[in-house]
Amino acid sequence: MKTFKVLGGGCRNCEVTADLIAQAAKDAGIEIQLEKVTDMAEILGYGVMSTPGVVLDGKVVHAGGIPGPDRVRDWMRG
Amino acid sequence: MFERLGDLTAFHLLRLSPDSHLGSAVQFFVMDVAKIFLLLVAVIYVMGLLRAMLSPERVRAFVRGRPDWQARGMAVTLGAVTPFCSCSSVPLFIGFVEAGIPLGVTFSFLIASPMINEVAAVILVGILGWKLAALYVAAGLLVAWFGGIAMQAFRPERWVEDYVWKIRMGEAAMAEPDTSLLGRHRYAVGEVREIVGRIWRWVLIGIAVGALFHGFVPAGWVTEHLGGDDWFTVPAGVLLGIPLYSNATGIIPVAEAMLTKGVAVGTTLALMMSVAALSLPEMLILRKVIRWPALALFAGVLAIAFTLVGWGFNLIA
Repeated sequence: MKTFKVLGGGCRNCEVTADLIAQAAKDAGIEIQLEKVTDMAEILGYGVMSTPGVVLDGKVVHAGGIPGPDRVRDWMRG
Repeated sequence: MFERLGDLTAFHLLRLSPDSHLGSAVQFFVMDVAKIFLLLVAVIYVMGLLRAMLSPERVRAFVRGRPDWQARGMAVTLGAVTPFCSCSSVPLFIGFVEAGIPLGVTFSFLIASPMINEVAAVILVGILGWKLAALYVAAGLLVAWFGGIAMQAFRPERWVEDYVWKIRMGEAAMAEPDTSLLGRHRYAVGEVREIVGRIWRWVLIGIAVGALFHGFVPAGWVTEHLGGDDWFTVPAGVLLGIPLYSNATGIIPVAEAMLTKGVAVGTTLALMMSVAALSLPEMLILRKVIRWPALALFAGVLAIAFTLVGWGFNLIA
């Protein structure tokens, strides 16, 4: 199972990003684990300064804005 | 072409008189909505294609340990060319502090970021001409540069929340960006969607305010009271801008309406900068990392800087 973490201080863009990922997983029919990380120490621990950021299975795959729908769909594959 | 569109809608389609208040307001509104949104989409798309964006993570690595003026130059440039979600200001602040970048440099970045960006600059050129655009950008860079230095003089380190110093930043294992043409196109479309989606409300509100000003405020009254002869109009504009919040693009149509009615250039610039850079919600977000005295000082330094810039331009013009 894929593990997603959305990094961000709880602003609207972070919520939108989390919703996008949840929706894409549903569309792809796969089960994922989705966690919203709001703790600054943990966010910066990933080396991310521009939020929202996305961590997939421990690797930062995106930072600095809402990811495009194509990107999110790509993450569900493989 | 945009003027024709405005004329067509207001005077032919809606049969309003060009001499009426409502007629000229509607004409202004239609003209600016078409022009600004077209420019917005075009600029953001092209920028996305070029991927001219510097990532803050890379800048942080580069700035680390450089002499003050180089670090400040990079920080101001980063603030000026990349649009950030305002919620990023907290992690950016912490990341800079953790890299040992002086607080004054970080403040320079925080000032430049909301005030100047390449999208607003291009739209400024399109709406108000390159001279005013250059003035605005130059004034913004100046304020960011010296505002940060002024903040440093007050030793703001003592007001940084304790937990900030304890955070250790990890090394990012960033995925490589897709640099094929299709990848760039996708990225650019994503950027357009994201940025326009974020700022369209501010832009529409700005155009509506500009249209009302354009249609309903008599020019004679403006030149008499806001023409730049009274010294207090500049600080009044700055004060007015503090509770008002818009982004740098949204304030442009308001400035357009003010200038065409004869409001002095310095007064207009001061209001623009104050609306874009001094905003209560943004300040409250920063409260997570710095305490009230530093916030008050930040607001004070900016208000004074905008006033000086406004007076300066009113004198020259």
